[in-house]
Amino acid sequence: MSRTDLAPRPETVERASEGKAAISGVGQSDVGRRMYRSGYELTVDACLAAIADAGLRPEDIDGMATYPGALGNPPGFSPTGIPDVQEALRLNLNWYNGAMENPGQLGSVITACAAVNAGYARHVLCFRTVTEGSAQGEKGRSSVTMGGGGGSGYRADGFASWLLPYGAASAVNWIAQFAQRHFHQFGTTREQLAQIALTCRANAGRNPKAIYRDPLTVSDYFAARMISTPLCLYDCDVPCDGGTAVVVSAADTAPDLRKPPVRVLAVGSALHGRNSWDQFDDLTTMACRDAGAMLWDRTDLSPRDVDAAEMYDGFSFITMAWMEALHFCGKGEAGPFVEGGHRIALDGELPINTNGGQLSAGRLHGYGFLHEACTQLWGEGGDRQIGVAPAAGDKRPEVAVAAAGGGNLAGCLLLGRS
Amino acid sequence: MTDVSKPRPFRILPRLTQENRFFWTSGADGRLRFLRCQTCRDYVHPPTPICPHCLTKTLAPEPVSGRATVASYTINVQPWIPGFDPPYVIAIVEMEEEPAVRLTTNIVGCAPDDVHIGMPVQVMFEQYDDVWLPLFQPVTAPAGSAAKAGSGVTS
Repeated sequence: MSRTDLAPRPETVERASEGKAAISGVGQSDVGRRMYRSGYELTVDACLAAIADAGLRPEDIDGMATYPGALGNPPGFSPTGIPDVQEALRLNLNWYNGAMENPGQLGSVITACAAVNAGYARHVLCFRTVTEGSAQGEKGRSSVTMGGGGGSGYRADGFASWLLPYGAASAVNWIAQFAQRHFHQFGTTREQLAQIALTCRANAGRNPKAIYRDPLTVSDYFAARMISTPLCLYDCDVPCDGGTAVVVSAADTAPDLRKPPVRVLAVGSALHGRNSWDQFDDLTTMACRDAGAMLWDRTDLSPRDVDAAEMYDGFSFITMAWMEALHFCGKGEAGPFVEGGHRIALDGELPINTNGGQLSAGRLHGYGFLHEACTQLWGEGGDRQIGVAPAAGDKRPEVAVAAAGGGNLAGCLLLGRS
Repeated sequence: MTDVSKPRPFRILPRLTQENRFFWTSGADGRLRFLRCQTCRDYVHPPTPICPHCLTKTLAPEPVSGRATVASYTINVQPWIPGFDPPYVIAIVEMEEEPAVRLTTNIVGCAPDDVHIGMPVQVMFEQYDDVWLPLFQPVTAPAGSAAKAGSGVTS
């Protein structure tokens, strides 16, 4: 099983506009399982860290983007919105956008790139904050699922109205069925799926900010309680508290920046299939199929050029789906591709989720992958930095992928070292 | 098999709208219905105000056989909703008349471990207030067993 080459195909969309947009800084607040701190404060901490990382000051920020914007429910899912940050930092914005009907969590960053390319803004501050760990408290995961555990008189609207009546209350139930279909159609096994969780945990052991850092074994994995077959506890990400921010800047501002910005080489935001969790045409993949295909349509690079792949793992199977969607392996081949875990390890041919992913570093909801991809490209990964083993010489990553979203949500960016 | 002593689960119900009311009340006469285009004859689900295929406004609810195939499923083990006790089987079923029309549902009337992809199933309904929830049971189940039990929960 090897990473497949892509046959040349006609460009479906005008490419290369991404070249004008770059990531100039990243930042993150404290991250913890349950910190019981203000999500507003965590957001501001992350934003100021990203602005400082870029070598900028708040008065340089003239645009903002976020996913999904402040929401009262589900609890802790998105405690803070753009107006909060604009108020706290008194930003003068020429452009801003916070929305959840877009290509996943990183759709907000893709939108920021578009704003920079259009000239609406020069430095766009993007953020995502969660306080799901604290919101859940000691009451358990069910207290933060859709519908808040029900209650008399509550009725489900929109897409949830087709799922909640059947007790399909958590995304784990929806993703489990994609995994089950993949198992059925391609012979994928739980032993193979376990490698995603084990790899993330091994990487988390090298990340001081990760939530769970103790080694995880195959025996631990199989001893864990089942949540929704075939997904067990270790296939599910860890609700946590934390804010993550990035600054998207116009590439020609590089002289004003603290360090060479990370170039945005291509983006994937497509959704050609049904915009639905259960009506998508192929139940062995998801919206990531279309976003991944678009990304490769917009660059001359190929999957074999990627040195680090930070791919969403809200549930372990989603990472497998992204692997196939981004053509790191053939359709249906993610199971054999990850078997044994060597290929996807920190020193493997395709290191994945190098900060521990959401499975072990915490559910920072998409933005953690972008933060980590940039961290690796800047060579700032510390104990988890790719390519700095004594024997390796300087093989720090030159190209990385950040991909986020499961189900009908999917957005991805191909990033390159300046 | 279905446990007759088990109470019906607490279910979060869908809010009925102008678009979906026909679907959720269809089971009142024991028939499952989907919107069908009277021009190009395609089935459409979830409901839209216009046929996505031929763009005519000639959609109307039509009864279907209620026979379907399990396209995928999961045995949910984690408690999420107070009063809806696991384990229970959540499945995506494809309708016999048009496999592209799918429903997320529960498979009832058999042990969770007996459910498999490709399993032929048949609709049955559970009424809650003004909603008739379509559930599915194996076509091999003894006729009416789950309906008699009055419970969609498998045990």
